[in-house]
Amino acid sequence: MNVYQAVRLIAGREIRVKLRDRTFLFGTLFFLLIAVGATVLPALLAGGPSAVAATASVAAPLRQAGLDVRPVADDAAAERAVRDGEVDAAVVAGPTVLALDEAPDDVVKALSSGPVVRLLDPDAVDPLAAFFVPFAFAFVFFTTSQMFGVQIAQSVTEEKQTRIVEILVAAVPVRALLAGKIMAACVLALGQIALIAVATVAGMQLADNGDLLALIGPAIGWFVPFFLLGFLLLAALWAVAGALVTRQEDIGGVSLPVQLAVMLPFFAVIFLHDNATAMRILSYLPFSAPTAMPLRMFTGDAAGWEPLVSLALLLVTALAFVAAGARVYEGSLLRTNGRTSVRAAWRGREALG
Amino acid sequence: MTSTLRLDGVDRSFGDRQVLKNISFEVTAGRMTGFVGGNGAGKTTTMRIILGVLAPDAGQLLWRGSRLTRQDRRRFGYMPEERGLYPKMTVREQVVHLGRLHGLDPAAARRNTDALLERVGLAERGDDLLETLSLGNQQRAQIAAALVHDPELLVLDEPFSGLDPMAVDTVVSVLRERARAGVPVLFSSHQLDVVERLCDDLVIIADGAIRAAGGREELRAEYTLPRFELVVDGDAGWLRDQPGVTLVDLDGTRAVFDLAAGSDDQRVLREALTRGPVRAFRPVTPSLAEIFREVNQ
Repeated sequence: MNVYQAVRLIAGREIRVKLRDRTFLFGTLFFLLIAVGATVLPALLAGGPSAVAATASVAAPLRQAGLDVRPVADDAAAERAVRDGEVDAAVVAGPTVLALDEAPDDVVKALSSGPVVRLLDPDAVDPLAAFFVPFAFAFVFFTTSQMFGVQIAQSVTEEKQTRIVEILVAAVPVRALLAGKIMAACVLALGQIALIAVATVAGMQLADNGDLLALIGPAIGWFVPFFLLGFLLLAALWAVAGALVTRQEDIGGVSLPVQLAVMLPFFAVIFLHDNATAMRILSYLPFSAPTAMPLRMFTGDAAGWEPLVSLALLLVTALAFVAAGARVYEGSLLRTNGRTSVRAAWRGREALG
Repeated sequence: MTSTLRLDGVDRSFGDRQVLKNISFEVTAGRMTGFVGGNGAGKTTTMRIILGVLAPDAGQLLWRGSRLTRQDRRRFGYMPEERGLYPKMTVREQVVHLGRLHGLDPAAARRNTDALLERVGLAERGDDLLETLSLGNQQRAQIAAALVHDPELLVLDEPFSGLDPMAVDTVVSVLRERARAGVPVLFSSHQLDVVERLCDDLVIIADGAIRAAGGREELRAEYTLPRFELVVDGDAGWLRDQPGVTLVDLDGTRAVFDLAAGSDDQRVLREALTRGPVRAFRPVTPSLAEIFREVNQ
């Protein structure tokens, strides 16, 4: 059996156990519901066209505009209908539009002739999407890396806590153990994100929001490689955090630096998303690049070469962290007395054949 | 090539504390080797070094005459002192998993698992989560996990602790089977009576150094004093006045005594017969516990 097979066996076990874990399954279901809800609900809530009460004399243009016209006998009846809430608006002599507390835009538009509008930059992002999309990206990366990160740490600590690690280390190289765990987490995280992405896309189609989809598509495409590498970087840190302690209860304390490495970039991207200079810097820093760079691609601020450079930087950093993490992991995995310091673990690796 | 594991001059320190000093001994094919020593004597560290969980600072390990490699070790079976399997996995599933990690193909792993669970009396509980099993049953599962890949060498750290007498018998017979099939078995235990009953060879470690190693009977002979037990019908107090006899224990009709060098045991027996019937007369061989105490002094 070679190392690759060992890695696959380890990863296979992690995935099987996770797929039977209720917390994980319900969590995934919850995310799917949010994704579908966020895309479909607004369309449902927006409702159909406004109902308008009007006398026969002004009904024609309203019908042409596709409004729900309720014919009434006279203007007084029309006003009553509005006051009673039977309709959203009424058109009376003048023509005057009656409504309770909000000017009904669609009715006004149906009765007026606006100037011709020619958009010079038709691709520019609509402000709502510009706010929503960065948040969604950052949120997905934040929650996923946090959730799966904690699970990697727990799974590492579980093996230390139950002492099965001694049997495992006698059977397979320590690095295969680490690689298997990280691989399993990557597969599960990507799988979960793919599911959410499918649900989101389906939701958008359902809500007839194809334009937004065409706009987000390329950003999602960039998000995937950034996500993967960013996740790899954090996974190595989480595994180290798990290996430093011997009880699940102690993970929280030892993982604080890792939590910060996830949380600070998350808030930085959320709060600084319309500050171009800050975003440029964030899109190159390895911990914030996974969210910041796809975002700049989305808003069209980044040149074509920029994501490639950022991705290369991220790759180098991730590999360096995995290598360093593997060494600390090796050095701390078999220390089963309390908490190990990173320094002791770095020095204390067993020189095994 | 016979399957012999040899440790040759193994040293190991943790920080400034040297816990193994020039450890050398052999675990031979087809023999059960008992590994005994007090707490902190170095048993677990030695076993971890054999399994490659720890590295030696000096010395070497030879398996079948050549340097022990990681590939060799994958075919060893190990039961660590501190037990543990995955609590949230079923017994069957994790034994199969461990078999596969040791290089079995899926079919062989399943076949061996089923046979072993049957053998250790866990067939019924195979599909239960490990954490729902009693500690004794978890221990049986642990034995199955150590044996699933038909190991070429077995290293078991305290395999009998926490087992009821029935389970001890099961485990003993499973281990004997493996030994008879030519597998060298190294096991440690605090229960010296079990070791005495079970082992062919014995390695005694104290304070990080090997104090005695060899066949059980040879060691017994080596540590046997010129000591005898005599049981007669009357009072055995007369022994006190015999030349060359030092009474160790006198309990009415039963006496235990040491003979000075050059004294003839048969002369003492003849003397006893002249005084009445002799019910028993035998040399006293030391128990393992006695040898153990002796070498630890």
